[in-house]
Amino acid sequence: MRNIDAGEITRAVEKLCMEANYDLGADVRENMKKALEQEDSPVGREVLEQLLKNAEIAQTNRVPICQDTGMAIVFLEVGSEVHIDGDLTEAINEGVKNGYEQGYLRKSVVNDPVFGRINTGDNTPPIIHTEIVPGDSLKITLLPKGFGGENMSAIKMMVPADGLAGVKNFILETVDKAGPNPCPPVTVGVGIGGSFEKAAFLAKKALLRPVGSHHPQPEVARLEEELLAAINGLGIGPQGLGGRTTALAVHIETYPTHIGSMPVAVNFNCNAARHKEVIL
Amino acid sequence: MSQIRIQAPLSDTMIEKLTVGQKVLISGHIFTARDAAHKLMVELLQRGEELPIDLQGQIIYYVGPTPAKPGQVIGSAGPTTSGRMDAYTPMLLEKGLKGIIGKGNRSEKVRQALQNHNAVYFAAVGGSAALLAQCIKKAEVVAYEHLGTEAIRKLEVEDFPVIVVNDAHGGDLYSEGKAKYRRITLPLGS
Repeated sequence: MRNIDAGEITRAVEKLCMEANYDLGADVRENMKKALEQEDSPVGREVLEQLLKNAEIAQTNRVPICQDTGMAIVFLEVGSEVHIDGDLTEAINEGVKNGYEQGYLRKSVVNDPVFGRINTGDNTPPIIHTEIVPGDSLKITLLPKGFGGENMSAIKMMVPADGLAGVKNFILETVDKAGPNPCPPVTVGVGIGGSFEKAAFLAKKALLRPVGSHHPQPEVARLEEELLAAINGLGIGPQGLGGRTTALAVHIETYPTHIGSMPVAVNFNCNAARHKEVIL
Repeated sequence: MSQIRIQAPLSDTMIEKLTVGQKVLISGHIFTARDAAHKLMVELLQRGEELPIDLQGQIIYYVGPTPAKPGQVIGSAGPTTSGRMDAYTPMLLEKGLKGIIGKGNRSEKVRQALQNHNAVYFAAVGGSAALLAQCIKKAEVVAYEHLGTEAIRKLEVEDFPVIVVNDAHGGDLYSEGKAKYRRITLPLGS
């Protein structure tokens, strides 16, 4: 058994909150630069240039890329040989609280979705997804999720008869309907299969992959490419003002499903595609 | 891209000159408000009471900034999704509101109300909050302080960059821009 102190987890989460909000990922930057070269729309090019310039300002001045510094979504991969000294959930809550306070990040969480809607004041609670994996390390991935994209996400319980064409059309229609709202160029996370909640989880988890990376299964990777090309033919463009760069990437995750179903979920990450990980 | 400098608050003659797709640099005073402040303002109007700010000729910017770091005027301050304010906007346009800065689609009802009231909807670039904050020279809470980030602030801005999405003549850049660059038809295979 390897011991990891809860305090170490808190400090790691604090740092992730700040870095994920200040530093545009190298993967995102690279894809945005590539998109800038290929963009036909003058307004679109101007938007992409502004986003790249903004990333530089944020990184240099240690300020958030976006004012929506998100609800903290935390993915844990806990090695089965790890023993945590202290309360894991509390350690993460504390990390989010400190990170958002010390990092001058916006507190965007309300205590109840319907009744009251009082800001909790410290951006807690985060949403924590835990997976037990072999090994003796702890991987923490933090996704500060903005809700411009979150609000445009969708899930559909499709049936086998809908086929691949049905899957493609549902994804494309969801992106088309979202238009400018999720702050394109977006990263489109897609979860196919499993059950209602599994598909949604996979769509979110797909956003954690390096932007532009491909699924290891060749037919899924080809579908990602094909959908990216189709999405960039929708005309939405950077910020929805018209152009070819509507998405930087499409990431698909799949899971076996029931003989009678084919769930499909679509989750958006905005142009900053924020996510940051650390292994303890 | 054509670019024009304007002064806020806005005059009717200035608004008439603005057209879809123009890049506009705004200087002067604007107000911030988002979901919670809109709800409170519209509740006041429904009770027949006065608004905490005079909206005549003014621009409202949909933003909830991050906390300012020591030495900063304001934290990062980019636009939020405008559609959430659609239910409230027509009532504020009736009170003299002339310009809105946000991002994302407006409802048919809001677009019609903009035209009826000779008002304009601008988009700022979502995700460029650090850059936009640099165009804000002063910030002061003028109402609803208890709302924190959602309080109404009066901002002094200098060359704040936006793009005209809905002009007072009924134009809509989101639909025009998309149509211009669209290369596929949905559903596929139809």
